[in-house]
Amino acid sequence: MKQLSQRLLGPVTLVLLGLTFWLGLWLTPPDKTQGNLARLVYVHPAVAWVALYVSFGTATIASALYLWKRTRSLVMDRVAHCAMEVSVVFILLTLITGSIWGRPTWGVWWAWDARLTSTAILGVFALAYLALRRANDDADLRARRGAVFALLAAINVPIIHFSVQWWRTLHQGATVFTADRTLLIHGLMAWTLLISFVAFTLLFFWLLRARYRLEVLRGARYQVALDEALVQRRREGVR
Amino acid sequence: MASSPTSIVTLRDAVVLVGGFPLLSGVNLDLEAGTLSVVTGANGAGKTSLLRLVGGLVSLSSGTGEVSGIDLATGDLRELRRRVGWLGHEGSFYDDLSAKENLVFAAKALSRPTSEIDGVLYRVGLTSRASMAAKHLSAGQRRRLGLAWILLRRPTLWLLDEPYASLDDEGRTFFDQLVGDVVRSGATVLVSAHDPLRSSNLHPRTLTLAGGLVVGDEG
Amino acid sequence: MIRIALLVAAKDLRIERRSRVLLWQVLPFGVMGLVLSGLALGPTHAGHSSAGPGLFYLVMLLVTLLMINRSQAIEGSRGTRASVATLGLDPAGVFLGKALALAVELWITGAVLLAGAVLVLHTALVGTLQALPSVVVILAALAAAGTLYGALSGGGQGPATLLPVLSLPGFAPLLIAGERSFSASLHGGAFWQWWVISLVALVAYLAMGILLYGVLEDS
Repeated sequence: MKQLSQRLLGPVTLVLLGLTFWLGLWLTPPDKTQGNLARLVYVHPAVAWVALYVSFGTATIASALYLWKRTRSLVMDRVAHCAMEVSVVFILLTLITGSIWGRPTWGVWWAWDARLTSTAILGVFALAYLALRRANDDADLRARRGAVFALLAAINVPIIHFSVQWWRTLHQGATVFTADRTLLIHGLMAWTLLISFVAFTLLFFWLLRARYRLEVLRGARYQVALDEALVQRRREGVR
Repeated sequence: MASSPTSIVTLRDAVVLVGGFPLLSGVNLDLEAGTLSVVTGANGAGKTSLLRLVGGLVSLSSGTGEVSGIDLATGDLRELRRRVGWLGHEGSFYDDLSAKENLVFAAKALSRPTSEIDGVLYRVGLTSRASMAAKHLSAGQRRRLGLAWILLRRPTLWLLDEPYASLDDEGRTFFDQLVGDVVRSGATVLVSAHDPLRSSNLHPRTLTLAGGLVVGDEG
Repeated sequence: MIRIALLVAAKDLRIERRSRVLLWQVLPFGVMGLVLSGLALGPTHAGHSSAGPGLFYLVMLLVTLLMINRSQAIEGSRGTRASVATLGLDPAGVFLGKALALAVELWITGAVLLAGAVLVLHTALVGTLQALPSVVVILAALAAAGTLYGALSGGGQGPATLLPVLSLPGFAPLLIAGERSFSASLHGGAFWQWWVISLVALVAYLAMGILLYGVLEDS
């Protein structure tokens, strides 16, 4: 069952992504005020959801589980690392699609908007996490420092969000729901939006799985190199 | 882990890795409490790494190890570090503090009376240098200050990394006497040195390291 | 924990008093930063710009980066780290002590740079004095955060280029909170939000440091 779902993950993701683009670009009508530009609603919110919540959240939970002694394992460290790497891609996509959407609305590619600014800062956090891992040779130290930094980044998310929001905000109001959770868009548009969220979430897990498998292969290669290094090193002793 | 009841250090196939390189490649070792052992070997043989592993200053990558009843893989390494005295060859204290201030810091950290400090400084021959900044001490004097730091701590396990480097003849004699006193008082001493102790009449056990392994064991 | 914190803070401040790095290296850098800020604004805006509070905090962030590196470099060489590690100090106490010493140093620098802002950037004296309580809290939060990021970047042993990229994203909300509360003191306006942001950040960093500083130790 598990194997079947893993095997189906890729094809299902591709089908749902294809469906999102087909529905979003051809079947749904253009917006009354924003015209075709509003079709970004089928990409940008879903990508941002994955970037800010799914991937960063996965990295944070895996890091916390790594720091907790009972659940500390190489698997958690690898999941955190891989999720953060995928997160960088999605944060970048969020910024790019946000900028494309914002340009005609705000008149500039970059605006000092709360969500845009805090997403950019979060992106630097994610890049810094990867830089931190590269700077540490020792696997155990790398994992511990990475996990602490991921938690610090996660704690910073609401602090940064509120600080930038109170600082100034230009972002358009909620697109999909009103504050009392009433749906603002209907029918085919709502279905397309829902499919886009599922499609991009599955895309994240597909990429995460691929990246994780790469990490496992890397680990195996490292182990082979290590065994060779041990044999070489012991040879120095018998000479 | 099979070890004799008086063993203070037991290592089995101990491997220490740094950046994927095995500094120690499978050390097997038992050290009896209250003994003096010298680890010799060429540069890069793994002497310092062995001492750091025993002191809980570097983590065990594979194999098993127990020092002073603490498991190196799963035990409380902070507690282990409290039980060892470490003399490194890089200098062992805060450079901008004076010799005495360094010892005051160590004493206070360990909740020891600071009244012992003058006696310790006298014992290592640094009374006249007590107020001099550590960075201005000569290499040999820094070694003595390092010993003072350990004397103040009275650990059960002494780990001395290349202690003879930068010591003159008088320093070596002083050092031999000190180590003799320490071993007689029941502490265990593990010393690393390039060559077997020449000036020493302590008759230590000599372990030879090469390629991250113990390849010789005499005495 | 508190006893070790006070001991470590006293040691760091004593080293600072001895080495005078703050006086002769950091403060001139900060003052020069303010002057350069004025020059960057151009002759029209240098003397009467509303950018004063923001520039003050921007310079303070750069000063903080320098001082975190200094604070970590004190623990410096591997020998010092190993010797201090064998004291088995409570990591939460070490974190609080280093953060406290850094905070004191930042408060001193902040006082000098605030005076500089009044003189060079012509921020109003009364408003600047009213901003003092928020400056104290923000700089304390910077010190707590900086101590954690400093340890994360390798505690004086990692590459110096790593610290800015690790710490600046986390410093961003503190910069915002500082600038807004300072501006509110100068020009009026609500600033309770900024107190909330800075206090939440201070408490969060202190809690994280107390809980996790030990995890960042070398082995």
